[in-house]
Amino acid sequence: MVAHADTRVVHRGGSKINFRAPVITQDSRFLICVSGECIKVFSTSTEECIHHLQGHKELVTGLVLNPSNHLQVFSCSEDGTIRLWDFTDGILIRVTLLRILSMHVSAKGDVFLVMPVKRNKKEKFGLVSLNLPPSVEQHVMVKGHTIVFQSVSTDPKCIAFGQGGEYVASVKDNVLHVYFLNKKTFYRFALGTSGEMAARNAFTCVACHPKDDCIATGHGDGKIRLWRNFNQEKEYTFSTVHWHHSGVNALCFTPEGTNLLSGGLESVLVQWRYGQEGQKDFLPRLGSSIKEIVVSPDGSLFCTSHTDNKITVIKNCTKVSAVIQGLVHGDGVKTALMVDPRTKALVLNGKPGHLQFYSLQRDQQLYNLDIVQQEYINQSNLDQFEVVKAALDSRGSWLATVEQRSAKEVEISLKLWAFDEHTQSFVLNTTISAPHDGPISEICFSPSSQNSTTLVSVSLDGHFKAWQLTQPDPSDDEEASWSCDFVGDYHSLEPKCCCFSADGSLLAVSFKEVVTVWSPASWDLLTTLSQPPGAIQDLCFGRLSCSKYLLGATDKNLCCWNLLTCSLEWSTALDVSLLLADPLSENVAAFCGAEKTTDLFVFRPSEPRPHFSQQALCTGRVTRAVFAPRDEPLDGCEESSQWLNRSQLYFLTHNMELLTFLTKPEEERLMALSKQVPTIDDSVAMTPFYLLLGKHRKRVPCNDEADDSRLWGESWNFGVPNLAPGNHVMSSCVSSMCLLRDEEQPTEVEMESEKEEEDSEEEGASVPPRPEHESSDTGAKLGPVLTKAEHRELRGVKKLDYSWIRGLVTSNPVVNTTKQMVKTPKQRVKTPKPMAKTPKPMVKTPKPMVKTTKPMVETTNP
Amino acid sequence: MASFKPTRIQVYPKLGEKVTQDTLYWKNYKAPVQIKEFGAITSIDFSPLAPHTYAVTASTRVHIYGPFSQEPVKTFTRFKDTAYSGRFRSDGQLLVAGCEDSAVRLFDVSGRVAIRMFKGHTKAVHVADFTSHGYQILTGSDDYTCKLWDIPNSAELTSYKEHTDYIRCGITSKLNRDLFFTGSYDHTLKLFDARVDKSVMNMDHGQPVESLLLYPSEGLLVSAGGRYVKVWDLLKGGQPLVSLKNHHKTVTSLCLGSNGQRLLSASLDRHVKVYSTTNYKVVHNFDYAASILSLGLAPDDESIVVGMTNGILSIKHKRTPEDSKGAVQQKRQPAYRIFVKGKNYVPKQEDYLVSKPVRQYLAKYDKLLRKFNVSKALDEAMEVSTVFFFLKSEIPMAVIKELDRRGTLKNALAGRDEKELCQLLSFVIMNLVDTRFTATLTTMAEMLLDIYQSTVGMSSLVDRQLLRLQELLDKETEYQQELMEVLGMLDVLFASAHPRKEVTLPGDGANEFNKRKEA
Repeated sequence: MVAHADTRVVHRGGSKINFRAPVITQDSRFLICVSGECIKVFSTSTEECIHHLQGHKELVTGLVLNPSNHLQVFSCSEDGTIRLWDFTDGILIRVTLLRILSMHVSAKGDVFLVMPVKRNKKEKFGLVSLNLPPSVEQHVMVKGHTIVFQSVSTDPKCIAFGQGGEYVASVKDNVLHVYFLNKKTFYRFALGTSGEMAARNAFTCVACHPKDDCIATGHGDGKIRLWRNFNQEKEYTFSTVHWHHSGVNALCFTPEGTNLLSGGLESVLVQWRYGQEGQKDFLPRLGSSIKEIVVSPDGSLFCTSHTDNKITVIKNCTKVSAVIQGLVHGDGVKTALMVDPRTKALVLNGKPGHLQFYSLQRDQQLYNLDIVQQEYINQSNLDQFEVVKAALDSRGSWLATVEQRSAKEVEISLKLWAFDEHTQSFVLNTTISAPHDGPISEICFSPSSQNSTTLVSVSLDGHFKAWQLTQPDPSDDEEASWSCDFVGDYHSLEPKCCCFSADGSLLAVSFKEVVTVWSPASWDLLTTLSQPPGAIQDLCFGRLSCSKYLLGATDKNLCCWNLLTCSLEWSTALDVSLLLADPLSENVAAFCGAEKTTDLFVFRPSEPRPHFSQQALCTGRVTRAVFAPRDEPLDGCEESSQWLNRSQLYFLTHNMELLTFLTKPEEERLMALSKQVPTIDDSVAMTPFYLLLGKHRKRVPCNDEADDSRLWGESWNFGVPNLAPGNHVMSSCVSSMCLLRDEEQPTEVEMESEKEEEDSEEEGASVPPRPEHESSDTGAKLGPVLTKAEHRELRGVKKLDYSWIRGLVTSNPVVNTTKQMVKTPKQRVKTPKPMAKTPKPMVKTPKPMVKTTKPMVETTNP
Repeated sequence: MASFKPTRIQVYPKLGEKVTQDTLYWKNYKAPVQIKEFGAITSIDFSPLAPHTYAVTASTRVHIYGPFSQEPVKTFTRFKDTAYSGRFRSDGQLLVAGCEDSAVRLFDVSGRVAIRMFKGHTKAVHVADFTSHGYQILTGSDDYTCKLWDIPNSAELTSYKEHTDYIRCGITSKLNRDLFFTGSYDHTLKLFDARVDKSVMNMDHGQPVESLLLYPSEGLLVSAGGRYVKVWDLLKGGQPLVSLKNHHKTVTSLCLGSNGQRLLSASLDRHVKVYSTTNYKVVHNFDYAASILSLGLAPDDESIVVGMTNGILSIKHKRTPEDSKGAVQQKRQPAYRIFVKGKNYVPKQEDYLVSKPVRQYLAKYDKLLRKFNVSKALDEAMEVSTVFFFLKSEIPMAVIKELDRRGTLKNALAGRDEKELCQLLSFVIMNLVDTRFTATLTTMAEMLLDIYQSTVGMSSLVDRQLLRLQELLDKETEYQQELMEVLGMLDVLFASAHPRKEVTLPGDGANEFNKRKEA
């Protein structure tokens, strides 16, 4: 898959956190969930991600708390390993090798796995009991296992362990199996499989009462059945309760067994009283359909994971206290990928009717913008309004969205949102209902940014329309609003795509095989370009020095026209699915659909030879991609990776996975970052705000320096979503504070680094590598300041220190957290600063663009 | 837990009339008081003094009305024939009126009998006015002459015979006692100076002049004649400043309002138009029942008095703040202090703050929608529309759209009794042809027909509504067809006109079309 040694395709951000049920720790402080190939630890109170547990090579498929040690968690993955983690420190403890789909642990500590079992040459999934050898080695190979069930559902919700691990219940299709582990007896209960109801009758999930002999099962028709006396083949009983109108997706008993929680498509959490099923409580409008329900071991927290990649933490059964939101993939990304120039966030449609702003650096959703502003009805087969198109202007001050509902007739409305500096969010300015008669195929803003902006919308009704911001009469007290400025068409052909040149002086609109070039100043048709056969699929102007070129992709060809001569410069046979120009360089990326995979070519329009190409990038067609400008340009010297210096290329695959390219130097930097032993304060999650306020609150008032206050001011002046990524704020801010204190008093920070150094000398243990200049910097100021008492204290700390590494070696995971707290500030100083430099000012497009218009005018009137 | 998002009531901008300050100002009048006079009302003149009574000349009488009276406070009936142009003197004491019998009569406002009678004209006198010092009278007659009379000894001072047709309007300068203007059916306006015994300025209006008006500064003169209102700059020697053509019949009367900020013109086309005197654009338009002959505006626009050919005098009084206040005060509201109670309390340091969740206020139909009570929500929305007059159709439409989006409109429409069904049908009939609602209402109508198909013929009320609906649809389709025909015709015209632009065509057809296009 990797063609070039120095760049590779990686998953970066936006992975599914709702793939498997999350885990709440014993003390309800942390929430652990799977996230693609890694595991994330979140704080339940601050929603902040505390750890990335990295180590699995493939998708993580299961996550269970270790019943024998509540500070450890098992995880299993498609790469065939079970790993045991210490999540408070983020340390890998043990690895076991197997091929696993999901995993369960009974209350007695036995490990059960769902894995493929060969039977009659057919591969089926079976539940397998596993005896983990009590070993201290880090890598363990497991040999013996026993098969419990021959055929189980792949969904982990369909297997449950009851009453202290005495029995295991598994449901598949219309059958419930119960297996008593001690007695080794096996019971099978089947629901009617004939008739219309059969399909809807199927079991969807199962839960076992923790204290009582009762199994609750959810069904596709929304019923919940409570099974009792299931240790007899004949005299079993069940009762039915019914509230959900569509299938029950998740069931869960509270730890004391007093309540049963259920959830489904309705996005309502229903709480049934055990024993009095008539009484129920509701928690409605949780956003989207519930996928999993988890209750913390002490019963104080509920946690629901939703289909829109969200985990909701519910406190005291009634109040939503935290929402952890990942990148929403939904059924598909309908809008183009965009980068918000203000927040550098990725913008795409998220929850139904919303637009999401997702920070790629922090891998966290910044905010959701409600576009449709309607109550979402959670019901299948309902035509809802969807955000289908969105566009941001070059400065991020205007946002245009198109929402569409295709019931009997297509209902479209175009909305324009102005960025409000005061509230730091987008505010609806103009709504245009039915802007076109047919669906809108593309919208784009003109890049010319001198107050006047033009929006062009292209529709399948055969017209394209230009919308302009009209300033009202000063006498009226109305706001400026948008109105239609021009309606264009060309021989009543269907337009497909539109594109503005870099300086906004030309607009290209493609009508089937023909590309028409218009002047937005006068709305004159300047020229037409055509290279049959094949309708134009994508259009794109060259940037910077290549701004005289216009690229067009047809089904079979990629054409490049020179706008100075209005003639074809070159063309090549390529099945291009997406053309994308880097706004900061001349490079153009073309994604080409081969048989089943996609190839990527990066080239300059001036020469028909790609300077980077990667075959078989991913499977399926790539239809969405974006160049995200980097904060600071990389200085990669490899020729093949130079195109990534200024911006990073993100793309969405057919399966809605967000992928990107990673260069060698970048990778090394990231590795260096991750090698540092992560530390956390146990009480409160380490967030930038905590660092700013919580820890240093007492000290801030005493060093009341103007410099300091200015720093605070700066960090608070902008809105929360616009804050720089956490690591930027943290490192720069904390280091500046440390410097301040340096001047005043001999600080702890220096002392700690001193200790650290002595430790490393004495013990010679593996200490994370540290930038040279920092250590010399602090070392220079050392020496005379230590008193005797301090020496004594220091020795005490020394003894404590690194005991945890020994503990690790002897697989004793008990961690002393206090000493880690001491270490925290130092750690933060050490992090290399990814400075938030402003990107270099964009080089202005060269003049030739303006000149090009002239010859073209001549060509129109021969 | 996200809160329930209330139904968005989509208010579409109304096409056509835009609400401006002017429309608000000129709409702020009460319903007109209508008084029937004996004949066509030819002149209305307001007394310049405080109670601002006004003289209405109609048939053989001049009535004087008080500012709020509906009966004349005074009547002068000593005319042998139709009276014209009853006008007050600047002190409001005397009133002069011309007559069809060529005599000009002068009345004391407090008396009854004419105190002077000026005889000398040979034909009907349509114009009579006092000069600025009040001792002389200007008259204009159908014998093409205008004369100046001395009041104390009722003698004719001068006679000017420069016009070549009836003199139907005249006005004296308020600043100079020797200057006066006359307008005649010979299409000219003339400025006379009593000191030189002849006209000193001559302007050509182009149409028989019906009415004249001087700005308070007397730098501009406004004339009305034919369909045109023209403004002349007197300081530039009578240069035409603007020509306004906003009426489609003869303009009969002119009047200034809002302290000279607005110009009003009344016409036989039954409209009164209000112009801004800064850019001469029409800012408002009044409609009346019959052709208007005379127009008067009380100082400070307190009332608009319009006289029409059918003898009806229509008086609109300005709505005072007390009127509107009175209506509001009927509804008893809680005292102000109830709303601000505890709002301005500043928490002290030792106070423990308990934040109260902000309650979301929802309309009744939203509450029902939240509970998925679709039928009740629809009923509630229909009910609400009778209360909120200005969103009469918008609220039910928003709810219907919302139900349609949820796919439960059919459920909401089903199971109605005769009365409710009639209500729904009448709503459909009322709004179906409104282009904003047509798409949704056709779906709703189809659903209604689907559901209640089997019950047709069981209730006469419902059947009548259904027949009405059918009639409406027939009419609408016919109308649409006609429109399409017109569109087709226009297309043919445009298509034939467009490519032949350069080619000169024989015959006037194309030219005329071009002209019309310009207009």
